[in-house]
Amino acid sequence: MTEIIVVTSGKGGVGKTTTSASVACGLARRGKRVAVVDFDIGLRNLDLIMGCERRVVYDFVNVIQGDCTLKQALIKDKRIETLHVLAASQTRDKDALTAEGVRRVLDELIADGFDYILCDSPAGIEKGAHLAMYYADRAVVVVNPEVSSVRDSDRILGLLASKTQRAEQGNGGVKEHLLLTRYNPRRVASGEMMSVDDVKEILGLDVIGVVPESPDVLAASNAGVPVILNDESDASRAYDDAVARLLGEDLPMRFLEEPKRGFFARIFGG
Amino acid sequence: MGLLALFRRTPSSASVAKERLRIIVAQERSVRGSPDYLPLLRREILQVIHKYVNVDPEAVQINLGQEEGHEVLELSVALPEKTRA
Ligand SMILES: Nc1ncnc2c1ncn2[C@@H]1O[C@H](COP(=O)(O)OP(=O)(O)O)[C@@H](O)[C@H]1O
Ligand SMILES: [Mg+2]
Repeated sequence: MTEIIVVTSGKGGVGKTTTSASVACGLARRGKRVAVVDFDIGLRNLDLIMGCERRVVYDFVNVIQGDCTLKQALIKDKRIETLHVLAASQTRDKDALTAEGVRRVLDELIADGFDYILCDSPAGIEKGAHLAMYYADRAVVVVNPEVSSVRDSDRILGLLASKTQRAEQGNGGVKEHLLLTRYNPRRVASGEMMSVDDVKEILGLDVIGVVPESPDVLAASNAGVPVILNDESDASRAYDDAVARLLGEDLPMRFLEEPKRGFFARIFGG
Repeated sequence: MGLLALFRRTPSSASVAKERLRIIVAQERSVRGSPDYLPLLRREILQVIHKYVNVDPEAVQINLGQEEGHEVLELSVALPEKTRA
């Protein structure tokens, strides 16, 4: 059984690609066969975050247009054997993605026996975002604790509930989860930032993970190594917990509070 | 600013955000799945009302509901205090 998971948000720059890359690695690290697909046609970022940009020969649109086979376009990750990347194309033609073409590629991945297909959605609520979510079984809605991100997430939830194949067929719809990221416990404690509970209450949805704001994310993208692979990082542990929860484990949330600072650090600052 | 004001708790910026979101999300959900013309209808009704009374745009509520098998368009306008007397 293949499960198709869309990573979506409405608003741009909230952490969808970061999340897609880390969740894909996390699932693959646990032995699942994973294909992570970049739906952000024209922008193409996932390959950079995954660190495979120089190995992209063919892309998603090439497969749809029949320029190559899916096998030729799938990039095998060098770190985790069961992980594959399908890069987005840099074409300006947004119509290059068609519902029928997407369905064909997904069907082929399913026939190939992948356990998970992760769809990294572009921002917005236009065609690309629509196609990324259309065939999904589950959705990870990435949200920052900030007004415009939360509002856009709610619009995305509305689309998930109406403009997806599962919604149209009326067979239970898409299973939705929230993933809060760029969470800053210190600012939450001081009342400057909404808390997990605030966001959960507004959107009325279960939270699959809370990823702290972390300098390790930038370092990870600089290096082309998804942050989950940096075992020293809290962001890595938070993503790994989210992956475990996706797989059905019941884990308490971590990193909701500011790390305790040492006595001297508190006295002398820094 | 009086000394008391210093001690009075102003709501934190996070709770202001939460309250605003609670309202806008509820409003947007209430019109979700309803016909596309609803926002335009609301705006035009507002313009007509404005010819007679100066109401706050937030005072006009339009909802589409179900009642005994048929759809009901509900319009409610909260008039400003002065004009009511
Ligand atoms: N937890 C985090 N801590 C700090 N920076 C982050 C975090 N998550 C994402 N970012 C940064 O936010 C920016 C947007 O992330 P990205 O994953 O590309 O978002 P999207 O795909 O939603 O546009 C990037 O610069 C990324 O490094
Ligand atoms: Mg992205």
